Amino acid sequence: MSHIIYADNAATTRVSQRVLDAMMPYFTENYGNASSIYSLGRNAKRALEDARERIAKALGAEASEIYFTSGGSESDNWAIKGVAERLGAKGKKHIVTSAFEHHAVLHVCEYLEKNGYEVTYVPVNANGIINPEDVKKAIRPDTALVTIMYANNEIGTIQPIEEIAKVCHEAGVLFHTDAVQAIGNVPINVKEQGIDMLSLSGHKIHAQKGIGLLYIKKGIVIPNLIFGGGQERGRRAGTENLPAIVGLAEAIEAAVENIPAKIEKVSKMRDRLIDGILKIPRTRLNGDREKRLCGNVNVSIEGIEGESLLLMLDMKGICASSGSACTSGSLDPSHVLLALGLKHEVAHGSLRLSISEENTDEEIDYILEVIPQIVERLRAMSPLWEKIVKEEK
Amino acid sequence: MLYSEKVMDHFSNPRNVGEIPDADGVGEVGNAKCGDIMKMYIKVKDNVITDVKFKTFGCGAAVATSSIATEMILGKPIDEVLKITNKAVIEALDGLPAVKIHCSVLAEQAIKAALADYYKRQGIDPEPIVGKIGDCEACGLH
Repeated sequence: MSHIIYADNAATTRVSQRVLDAMMPYFTENYGNASSIYSLGRNAKRALEDARERIAKALGAEASEIYFTSGGSESDNWAIKGVAERLGAKGKKHIVTSAFEHHAVLHVCEYLEKNGYEVTYVPVNANGIINPEDVKKAIRPDTALVTIMYANNEIGTIQPIEEIAKVCHEAGVLFHTDAVQAIGNVPINVKEQGIDMLSLSGHKIHAQKGIGLLYIKKGIVIPNLIFGGGQERGRRAGTENLPAIVGLAEAIEAAVENIPAKIEKVSKMRDRLIDGILKIPRTRLNGDREKRLCGNVNVSIEGIEGESLLLMLDMKGICASSGSACTSGSLDPSHVLLALGLKHEVAHGSLRLSISEENTDEEIDYILEVIPQIVERLRAMSPLWEKIVKEEK
Repeated sequence: MLYSEKVMDHFSNPRNVGEIPDADGVGEVGNAKCGDIMKMYIKVKDNVITDVKFKTFGCGAAVATSSIATEMILGKPIDEVLKITNKAVIEALDGLPAVKIHCSVLAEQAIKAALADYYKRQGIDPEPIVGKIGDCEACGLH
C-alpha cells in the first residue's frame, strides 16, 4: 500500500474535516477575546458558552459543570490533587485507584504518597476488568476519592463504571473517572451514571491536541488550578483557547452521535484483526474479548520483541504501538500488561492496534497480510523463539 | 527517540544472521525478562575469526548492535577482537539513543561470551584472557 495506515488512534487521531471546518472561523475572523466588551469579544463569548452548552448536553451535565483544560493529563491532575488537597485538610488522606491507570493518574498518586497520603491500588483480573467489590473493600473512613478509568488505553477494557460509582456513593466517597478512551465508544451520562468528576481529551476523538475538559459536579469544590483572570469561573484562569474549544465541542458531538453504528462498523474490523492475528501460533489476546473498545486490539506474540515489530510495521507503512520496555521508555514492559499477570517476556512482545472509522477493510487485509510475514522473520532470528520451539518438542 | 541511518540499515538488513552448527564457540547473553537475548556463533582458525553468525531477540538497537558486532569481528585476530568495546560498537553505528546504550554492552558481552566458550572447549580457562563477563548493568536494575 502506498499510503500510511494509521492504526494508533489510542495514541492520537487525525483532526477530522468536520472539526477543522468548525474551528477555522475562530482563527482569523472571530478572533476576539471572550472577556472583551465589544462585539468581536461578545461573539467569542457566545461561541465559548455555546460550545460549553453543547458539550454539557452530550455528557448529560450542566454547562456550569464543564471546565476546559489542556487535556486529559491536566484534568486528571487537577481532579485528584484538588480533591486530595481539599479533603486531606479534613483528615481524609486516602485515595483508591487501580493498578492499570494511565500515568496521569498513577504518577499523581505516587506524588501524593510521597506527601503524606495513602493510596490503595485495587487489582484487575486477568481479563483487565475491575471488580466493584474490590473497590468497596478498599474504601476506608478516610478515603477522599476513588479514581478508576472508564476504559483502559492499552487493552481497551471497559470498566463497570456505574457499579463502581454506586459503591463509592454508598460509602459517601467522591468518584472520578478518566474517560479519555471511552468517549464515543460507550454512552456517557454523568448524572445517570453517578460520575462526580470526569476527564476528557480532544485529540483522541479527532479534535486537536492541547484541549480537554474536566467535568466537576455542582457542589464539589476543589482548589483553583490557575490563578489569573476570571476565566472558567475563576477556577482555571487564562484566555480561553476558543478555536480548540469549538473544535472539542464539534468532536464530542460527532463522537457521541451514532455510537451503535460506529461500534458495528469498527468492531467488525477489530474482530477480523484479532481472529487473523490469533491464527499465528503462540499469540494471545490481552484484555477481555467482549468488554473492550470497538477499535482496540492488543495481542502478545511470543518470541519477538515489540519495538522490532513496530519498526518493521513502520517500514510497511503501518503505525502501531507496543507495551514493550523499549517503547515504554523504561526497563520494564507496560504496567498494564504486568497488572494482568503477564510474564515480562510475553509483555515485551505485545502489539496494540487501535483503529477508527477512518480505517478500511482493505487496510485490515493488508495488516493481516504483513504481520505474519514480519513475525516469521523476527522469530527466525530470535534465540528466545528457538527455546520456545525446543521446549514444545 | 531517533535511530541513526546506520542503526536502521543494520536493523532492516542485518548481516550474518543465523547459526553455525559446527561452531567453535557459542555465547549467549541477556535474558528474556529484560527483553534482549543475543546469541553469537564463531568459527576460529589460527586465532582468527573465520566465520560468525548471530541470533537476537530484542529491540531495533539490539539487532543493529549484534549485526555490526559480527562485521567488526569477522576476519579479525582474537587479540584485536578482545579490544572491541561497547563504545566502539556505538561509534560504528553513528551513535545510539541514551536508553539503548545497554544494547551495545550486550553486543560486547556476546562477543566475549563466544570467545570464552571457544577457550573452554580448548580446555583453557577463559577468564585470564577474556575477563569476567558481568551482568548487563541495565539488568541489575530489575
